Amino acid sequence: MSTEISNELKQEVKALGKKTFHMGGVHPEANKIAHNQGIEEFPLPDQAVVYMTQHLGAPAKPVVQKGDKVKVGQLVGEASGFVSANIHSPISGTVNRVDMIADISGYKKPAIVIDREGDEWMEDIDTTPDIVRDIKLGKDEIIARMKDKGIVGLGGACFPTHIKYMLKPEQKCEFLIINAAECEPYISTDNRMAIEHAEECIIGIEAALIASGADQAIIGIEDNKPEATASLVAAAKGHSKIKVQPLRIKYPQGAEKQLIKAITGRSVPNGALPISVGCIVNNLTTTYAIYQAVQKNMPIVQTFTTVSGKSVPADQCRNFHMRLGTPIQAVMDTVGIPEDTGKIISGGPMMGKAITNLNAYAVKGMSSLLFIREKDAKRGPISNCIRCGKCVEACPMGLEPYRLHALSENLRFEDCEKEGIMNCIECGCCQFTCPANRPLLDNVRIGKNKTGAMIRARAAQNQSK
Amino acid sequence: MSILLTVDTAFLLGILWKAVLILGIVGIVAAIVLFFIAKKFHVEEDPRIDLICELLPGANCGGCGFAGCRNLAETMVARGTMDGCSCPGTPKEKNEQIAAILGIEAADSTPKVAVVRCQGSCENSPAKVSYDSEISCFFANSLYAGEGLCPNGCLGCGDCVKACNFGAITIDPTTKLPVVDEEKCVGCGVCAKTCPRTVIEIRHKGPKNRRVYVACNNKEKGAVAMKNCKAACIGCGKCAKVCPFEAITVENNLAYIDFTKCKMCKKCVAECPKNAIVAVNFPAPVAKPAEKPAEKDETKAEATTPAEA
Repeated sequence: MSTEISNELKQEVKALGKKTFHMGGVHPEANKIAHNQGIEEFPLPDQAVVYMTQHLGAPAKPVVQKGDKVKVGQLVGEASGFVSANIHSPISGTVNRVDMIADISGYKKPAIVIDREGDEWMEDIDTTPDIVRDIKLGKDEIIARMKDKGIVGLGGACFPTHIKYMLKPEQKCEFLIINAAECEPYISTDNRMAIEHAEECIIGIEAALIASGADQAIIGIEDNKPEATASLVAAAKGHSKIKVQPLRIKYPQGAEKQLIKAITGRSVPNGALPISVGCIVNNLTTTYAIYQAVQKNMPIVQTFTTVSGKSVPADQCRNFHMRLGTPIQAVMDTVGIPEDTGKIISGGPMMGKAITNLNAYAVKGMSSLLFIREKDAKRGPISNCIRCGKCVEACPMGLEPYRLHALSENLRFEDCEKEGIMNCIECGCCQFTCPANRPLLDNVRIGKNKTGAMIRARAAQNQSK
Repeated sequence: MSILLTVDTAFLLGILWKAVLILGIVGIVAAIVLFFIAKKFHVEEDPRIDLICELLPGANCGGCGFAGCRNLAETMVARGTMDGCSCPGTPKEKNEQIAAILGIEAADSTPKVAVVRCQGSCENSPAKVSYDSEISCFFANSLYAGEGLCPNGCLGCGDCVKACNFGAITIDPTTKLPVVDEEKCVGCGVCAKTCPRTVIEIRHKGPKNRRVYVACNNKEKGAVAMKNCKAACIGCGKCAKVCPFEAITVENNLAYIDFTKCKMCKKCVAECPKNAIVAVNFPAPVAKPAEKPAEKDETKAEATTPAEA
């Protein structure tokens, strides 16, 4: 399902040029098998399990109990704490129980189990397909709406979006950067979003511009998405504050700091947030969710998920739109798990999580389910560091992964701190490129964890003095 | 030879006594200067620190919570007590000598040993997923529940082995569980602190090196626990009911034996339906003597009518 792009549009896109970041990066196979598959609605599940931990920060607190009747979009989990988000019911029916249910890691998390009855939405939600173009809300109302409707970063990290817009008086946002890079292999949801829902996204971006007070918004999109780029350029016409910037294909083009550097040329200082250089970054799908929240009063109750894999027949690799809490086993069975599957990943092959427990349920920001072949999934035998320096070349943050790995292994956490281990964005470029198959990122992650704990303990000690 | 004899011996002796005198004076002056310097820059240190240091194991394992054995010795002398600053790995006799040096009563230090509270071997808790990297239990713990899917069980990556300064713990390749060498283990506690799941516990070594403990750390409900592991404690509470010394408590679906109250009668071991309680270093059970069944029959016969017996 790919449409022809007019020559005029092609010329416009070409004139925009291409930008990129220059330090580090790798080029994994793109494998964008599901690129041309239109988004399909996945059938409603008969029972949905809604975890209270679908975002970064404190888990939400359940506000319903066994026997309660709920409608779609009704608040079932309340944000608890500053960094937390609301969770809304994805289906209508009766609450079966509030229990501890294992997620993809095998660890149990608090969750609400709902038995479906029909598909009744809350009355104040606009469920019509018409696009609402006029934005009637002001800055503070939009931010409140983001918080109220449980909007979180749908690029994968699920950071509560409203917090990014709550600026201190001395902070000023100059650029709103929209991340449509989708640099991870296989994933195609942002691509389809740009093709099929470009107008809604643009309206969402206008709302975000009001909320941030930014002068302009720039959508960064990788060069392997010509149809999506053209679609966004066409939709942005008439919106003088919104521009599209094509980017070169390189992983991790979609990483926050790399994206800001590529588009604005500014470097976010170590340990600082994007706002310190006047930028706020949001994923393209998040802007669609912002549109739905601001214009349709709709909370996040669904997720866009690509199901793909090299052994899956190309026409079976699909992009689903499913309700939260849908059993992922059902999703995988619809596509069919290939015989030679060794690993199933939630997210991308570079930064995603390998699924340990298949009896888990769809969550916010579950951008893909990937079937990786056994032979691709098996790690090679680990040999000694050959001091080739490829990891240093590949690191987009300018770190020395071989050294951080060694320091971490030998428990030298003060040295880890000095060498900047806390600046690691855990992109995986180092481990991807290492010819000796050394588990670089694994050890750096352990090092980050222990160094972080050491820094916090020190800060606590200093405070008590 | 004759040439030497003709050398003027008086001349030689003249040089000799001058050399000896000069060197002697230099030596004495140096000695006096050094004596005063040594006195001025002398570091006042309690001689007991060295004495105590010699009695400590010298492994600098950190089990005491201080920065090495010398630091512990300094702390003991500074505080004048062994309360809160004692070495768990020092044998009783040496502890008594240390107490004598400090001039205090030796605290009652029961020898301790590390105990692995998990029987989730490859056989009991078969792997449902395969973890492709044996880096670290700490890391695996943060990623997923475990190959056997028990969220409280041993992960088998060997962080405890790396942490032990005495080489007392190893991973058995068939069961993939840690095994503690009782001869080498001093009960310092570093392995217990390292284990991210608190599977390892430091317990009393016990009289004749015998001890009884619940070899499970699982806090899931019984039915779930059984799915993950054949040897899991299901929290049924039978052991707690049968214990004559009230040493067993069941909390969070897991039984725990308080080693200060346990008298090692082993009633709980027999009672446990999952064989989750382990008794270490006991002699093999002796076969029951033949009279007992006959006695039972006699008493039964007395109580019931002859027709029923």
